[in-house]
Amino acid sequence: MNVRKINELFSKELKVINMGLDSFADNLRREEVEVLQMDWKPPAGGDKHLIALLDKLDR
Amino acid sequence: MKKILVRKNAYYDSVFLMLATKALKQWPGIKEAVVAMGTEVNLGLLKEIGLLSGEAESAKPNDLVIAIEAETGDAAEEACRIAEEILKKKSHGGGEEEVRPASLDGALKIFPEANLVVISVPGPYAGREARRALNKGLHVMIFSDHVPVEEEVELKDLAQERGLLMMGPDCGTAILNGKPLCFANGVGRGPIGLVAASGSGLQEVCCCIDRMGGGISQAIGTGGRDLQDRRVKGRMMLMGIEALKRDPETRVIVVLSKPPAEEVAATVLSKLEDSGKPCVVHFLGRKPPGTRGSVRFSGNMEEAAAMAVALSKGEEYRERWRAPLGAEMARVAEAEVKFMASEQKYVRGLFAGGTLALEAVALFEEEGFRILSNVRKEPGLALRSPHRSEGHAIVDMGDDVFTLGRPHPMIDPSLREERIAKEAADPETALLLLDVVLGYGAHGDPCGPLAESVAKAKAQVAGRGGYLSVIASLTGTEKDYQNMAEQKKKMEAAGCLVMPSNYQAAVMALHVIRKVGAR
Repeated sequence: MNVRKINELFSKELKVINMGLDSFADNLRREEVEVLQMDWKPPAGGDKHLIALLDKLDR
Repeated sequence: MKKILVRKNAYYDSVFLMLATKALKQWPGIKEAVVAMGTEVNLGLLKEIGLLSGEAESAKPNDLVIAIEAETGDAAEEACRIAEEILKKKSHGGGEEEVRPASLDGALKIFPEANLVVISVPGPYAGREARRALNKGLHVMIFSDHVPVEEEVELKDLAQERGLLMMGPDCGTAILNGKPLCFANGVGRGPIGLVAASGSGLQEVCCCIDRMGGGISQAIGTGGRDLQDRRVKGRMMLMGIEALKRDPETRVIVVLSKPPAEEVAATVLSKLEDSGKPCVVHFLGRKPPGTRGSVRFSGNMEEAAAMAVALSKGEEYRERWRAPLGAEMARVAEAEVKFMASEQKYVRGLFAGGTLALEAVALFEEEGFRILSNVRKEPGLALRSPHRSEGHAIVDMGDDVFTLGRPHPMIDPSLREERIAKEAADPETALLLLDVVLGYGAHGDPCGPLAESVAKAKAQVAGRGGYLSVIASLTGTEKDYQNMAEQKKKMEAAGCLVMPSNYQAAVMALHVIRKVGAR
């Protein structure tokens, strides 16, 4: 079982991208974790068909 | 008077919107208020309460809808003005200069050294974002729920292929490298590594370990379905165990899960036996079997912590406290029932943590009580309605039925306040059993409002000649920002018995209910 990257993470500093609830990023900052808050919005304006198409392109 | 506004392309997160809605509802002259994104579910809810019309009917998930019903036109106008103000404050908050990229690609351009993505966007979108992150070699934690199980399996397979963490979906708690993620407590570092398929359970065990003087290397969350669902097959749990096995800082491994699927449990146990490190396992609601090689089983979450702390110090765990504590508890229970009225018979548990509720249910059942609860799905054990207690009842108030369109009771205590009042109005209620979860993610002063409702409830019962016993535990540590000692004091000042762990609170409740039955 390949877990090398997990063990590498254990010996590194956490650097977090936070996608969603702002408060999670605020809390990490209080713990002196470097964090980047994203301005996330539903893709394609939340249009399900468009999203399905985008996902097909993505794969 | 109704007023409905739509702001195109203005996205806000759900917790913020629910708190904004709550703030508006408390304004004088407001009958109904909703501030929500224009998703199908939300538009449906607006329609149901007669607040869907005009532009709002064609709102998209990216559009913000503010819908107000007020006693007068002026009140409606005023509420809209306040809503705009709250929203403005929000968009200006969080540092003026901060750049907030809209896409993961954009984020990685600014912050290429990122190694973990925490995802709490609505469930239907969470999977695709996680897939992208894993493909870019990033570890992932998905806090969101409502991600289909097929997608979970697919994501965890991708994570295994790439050797990355895929914590969740529905993963509320993790502590990596000493840093609490999402709902987690401040704990000391040390040689105990945990992997858990339960958020509030992981919080409880971590807090007990900290209280007992032990320390934590890593606490990995897997999401609740990892061991419960045969299709997920413990994929993240097995990777977590493997990583802790190889981690030189971890000397003891603790595994925690809600009742696992039989064959998944077997795989996890063989994996632990092969780890070469002493292990402690707690499967909730399962009687602990005898030691199996290097694997010991605990009967409750506090005991799991005690076993792990003992093992981490190179000692064998010996049960020290039960007998003397039992006698002391029986004495306290005697005093608790002394002034109860004869019709007061039942325990009513109102919990914010699902696993904490389950632990209490399991204890009462083990001791031969019939408990009705929404944590049980089996007919005869499930409550007919989660909104109404019958007989001995324990309710997980973090259940979806309570949190649709409302913040989780760990974030907003008002949901539980209403229920406490309801239980106090029932003459058959003898005892309230409560949990309080502290730490990041949770309310800033959970015991403040909770203690107030407890005091009111006690006064109400005393007013009709009875006595309401209230027992609680605090899942937290002295390092949590809420100030654990202050929080505890507030509950005690309201006449609540505060126990050091969820398990002990349930045991104390059991003693009281036994005395009630023996009258």
